[in-house]
Amino acid sequence: MAITRDEVLHVARLARLELTEDEVGRFQEQLSAILEAVSKVRELDLSDVPPTSHPLELANAWDDDIPHVCLTLDEVFANAPDREGDLFEVPPA
Amino acid sequence: MSFDLLRLSAESALALLEDGEVSTRELWDAYRARIDAHNEELNAFLTLVDEPDGDGVPIALKDVISTHGIRTTAGSKMLEGYVPVFDSTVAARCKAASMPVLGKTNTDEFAMGSSTENSAYGPTRNPWDPTRVPGGSGGGSAAAVAAGLAPWALGSDTGGSVKLPSAFCGNVGLRPTYGTVSRYGIVAFASSLDQVGPVTRTVRDNALLYRIISGRDEHDSTTVEVPAVVLPEGTDLNGVRIGLPRQLNEVEGIEPGVKAAVEAAIAQAASLGAKVEECELPLSVDYGMPCYYLIAPAEASSNLARYDGVRYGLRSEGADFREMLMRTRHDGFGDEPKRRIMLGTYALSSGYYDAFYGTAQKVRTVIKREHDALFEKFDVLVSPTCPTTAFPLGARSADPLAMYLTDVFTIPSNLAGVPSMSMPCGLSDGLPVGLQLIGPQFSENMLFKVGHALEQAIGFDPAPERLR
Repeated sequence: MAITRDEVLHVARLARLELTEDEVGRFQEQLSAILEAVSKVRELDLSDVPPTSHPLELANAWDDDIPHVCLTLDEVFANAPDREGDLFEVPPA
Repeated sequence: MSFDLLRLSAESALALLEDGEVSTRELWDAYRARIDAHNEELNAFLTLVDEPDGDGVPIALKDVISTHGIRTTAGSKMLEGYVPVFDSTVAARCKAASMPVLGKTNTDEFAMGSSTENSAYGPTRNPWDPTRVPGGSGGGSAAAVAAGLAPWALGSDTGGSVKLPSAFCGNVGLRPTYGTVSRYGIVAFASSLDQVGPVTRTVRDNALLYRIISGRDEHDSTTVEVPAVVLPEGTDLNGVRIGLPRQLNEVEGIEPGVKAAVEAAIAQAASLGAKVEECELPLSVDYGMPCYYLIAPAEASSNLARYDGVRYGLRSEGADFREMLMRTRHDGFGDEPKRRIMLGTYALSSGYYDAFYGTAQKVRTVIKREHDALFEKFDVLVSPTCPTTAFPLGARSADPLAMYLTDVFTIPSNLAGVPSMSMPCGLSDGLPVGLQLIGPQFSENMLFKVGHALEQAIGFDPAPERLR
């Protein structure tokens, strides 16, 4: 199952990933081979099979509502690339 | 005082500390001396801690485990300068047990890989043969334990990242039942599969460390209460029912030396009293790899959306927000995360969701049911951890699909959500062979029991020959 060049560009846009010309070609080839292999899941008759999203049958994990000390603003911004006052600074949208 | 750090178990180290025969400082300095001597060659550690924090047995942590004040890169350029302002729950539990952190170990970027060659900080090398990979993604933790640079370590296992490197480096590696160990503060890859596990020199060490890190955590709502951990003793396997899935034991591509070592271990189990019988996993092995490489990338594409150059991590320059965002993600991610983000985004995108992601989730049910059915009849399933021993650096790195197939034996049980353990069962051409033990959910004590009995019977020497 081949993925087209346009599909590679479309998916990269959805994933907010800039790609170089070289990467587009390389990923098109590699993703085509991988998609071919993983398409095997479509061989099975799964009409009566429910999906599994989680290995444990858990429902509603309850915890008491206890206040915790939260991070200070300086801790929150400690790894930020850019800060202005108490805000994350980013280039204009 | 000198120590045989290649063979010293954490349990013995703890006894020496408690008896006052050695001080924390002496033990710490001994490991640091070995790290200084061997890390340049092996590249097992990415970051070292200078002073011990705690008076217990030191530990090494895979670099996807957030550590307060200690750089945590996840093997990625994206997090090159990232210093967490909080501890992951597993790091906090190690700290509470007074275990000083020696340092952070190398990993494939975001734990995506089977060889530790995908690290942005260079590959880790296998202590048994430095021309070969240590397995991945937790090759750093496995190499550190195998080379005596740490008495034990933690890894994380999504598709086999504890089990595979443990097999390639001759360690005991546990992938616990999903939900028994907190994921809070672990750099997320695929949330329905990620699980932290111990990498150790002995099965008893593994049980000791699992006891420390496991249990319900209010910071991770997928965690559950865990049965009390029993330290294994003795070698009696009477009454234990062992299944040998044909699809994991009798298929093409298993190296003869691997097959021989695994068969010898199975014969040992039978001589210790276990009842051994062939069985079938008709679909789990053939469909496991395709299923995994849809579910894991889909979850990864969502988890890795957080790297946006705003709150933490790398930021590249851009004229506007969108350009900054797209360039940051281009520059920060290596090829493997990019491939998985693309694959996952594709599998989740409009028009393909049902055909790929939805279908893979149904296949996961099929795999879970096949495992559950076998555990009606068996206590433990046994197989090689990997069809081969450690392969040469570069052998699979040009072909992503060939690399993905490395995990073909470790993936099925992970998708089923059951625990599994790799333990050394011998050598093939001088390289360790991993034996995989798989049990039903919450059967860690049974894995420890069978593993310990076999370990005593096999008598594997964990010291790599070239370092003895």
